[in-house]
Amino acid sequence: MTTTTLEQTMNRLRATRAWRSIFRRGPARTNRTRSLAIFGNVFLHLLPVKVRQQSLRVRATYYLGSISFFLFVVLTLTGVLLMFYYHPAVPQAYLDMKDLRFVVSNGVFLRNLHRVAAHIMVIAVFWHMFHVFYRGGYRPPHEFNWAIGVVLLLLTLFLSYTGYLLPWDQLAFWAITVGTNILASAPFAGPQLRYVLLGGNLVGENALLRFYVLHCVILPLVAFLFIAVHFWRIQKDGGLTVGESDERDKQ
Amino acid sequence: MSETNNKFEAGIGSNALKAPQRVVFITPKTSAKVRARAEKQLMSYPQLILRGLIAFEVLTILLVVVSLVWDAPLEQLANPLVTPNPAKAPWYFLGLQELLHYFPPLVAGIVIPTLVVVALVVIPYFNVNIKGGPLWAADRSRRLLIFIVSVALLLIFLGLYRAWTVILPTVAIAGLTVVSFFQLERPQRLVRFLRTRPLSWWVMTWFIAVSLTLTIVGTFFRGPGWSWVWPWR
Repeated sequence: MTTTTLEQTMNRLRATRAWRSIFRRGPARTNRTRSLAIFGNVFLHLLPVKVRQQSLRVRATYYLGSISFFLFVVLTLTGVLLMFYYHPAVPQAYLDMKDLRFVVSNGVFLRNLHRVAAHIMVIAVFWHMFHVFYRGGYRPPHEFNWAIGVVLLLLTLFLSYTGYLLPWDQLAFWAITVGTNILASAPFAGPQLRYVLLGGNLVGENALLRFYVLHCVILPLVAFLFIAVHFWRIQKDGGLTVGESDERDKQ
Repeated sequence: MSETNNKFEAGIGSNALKAPQRVVFITPKTSAKVRARAEKQLMSYPQLILRGLIAFEVLTILLVVVSLVWDAPLEQLANPLVTPNPAKAPWYFLGLQELLHYFPPLVAGIVIPTLVVVALVVIPYFNVNIKGGPLWAADRSRRLLIFIVSVALLLIFLGLYRAWTVILPTVAIAGLTVVSFFQLERPQRLVRFLRTRPLSWWVMTWFIAVSLTLTIVGTFFRGPGWSWVWPWR
């Protein structure tokens, strides 16, 4: 009996017609095929083909941008699973929370995962912004990407805030009431703005439905688009320049 | 281009195999990208992708562990007739809610957040933030005067509203700024570091100090009627 190594198995797999039809490149052993792995892939082509060695060090970025993105991915996955068990209606929304706790297998764990990731994402995005600032990452040619980053920060806050109402418990109801009362104090059209957001003058079932649609459809889609542009612009603006400000600090 | 006009320097890319020949004009105000030298570069695949995957795994493990030991809160069914005291916004808005305690809703809820967002967006569009020269490097006495007058006006404004939780971090950061002005004979490491900081660094650090203070106070130190409570009592 011959022992086949992983390498041999992979080589045999790579030689199959199916594999070649999917990846359309050889094994990533040369820089050419490694480049193809990035720009031949619709998702990875948002990333640069080469990165500065300096910018890969942990201390350069703490991977805060990547972590923010990964949290968005985790939140999307757990959020979709939660949607299977959720009705945006009064009081069914609250009963669904009870079901997650007592009926659904691992329902508590699923909800915890979503909640924890949401809190950490707010922290990660803020931290990411402050870190980029102190590293001078906003300097030209990165100024427009910095502005997109500010938009992404606001989107993160809105996503978290709209999700806050969905359990429909006292915590959710009054947090949203406090927040939307602030909005009503805006000049010229404050109460009207609140009316549009809540679908009424008070937090009720219309508000729950609107926050649900915003939280599960509109805001994630908008955030997804802005994240794509954010990644794309890193590449187009010439990659991260974190190494430089490092040297500047030493001088 | 005449020799006397020393505004531009011309250089020519020499490696025709790697890049088509191109003439480079570098103005004195070089952008960050132009200044970058030839640094060692790595292929994103697999170097960046692999590191990303490791970061993702570490993050996932962390999330799972926290989710196993901590439970998401769930209170009673929402009831518009029973108002909890105090009714608190999510933690990241508690800084704003703390401001609302001092200032009218229009100022604390609309004007200040709008100003913060606008200020963040325009940071890279001002040359003073891009050059980032030390605050006290030149024009020292005039800058000190402007600084003290601005801080004094700000403190008078905050004092009128008795916004103590804003005043304290403001005084702390402004104090450090003034300390870094004086040229001590044997400065500590921290003072030497502070002395090289640009204005934008000071403003951002002040902003973070105030936001952190307000958020922590709003989360842990505010009880019924937004009165001061000690969290350990």
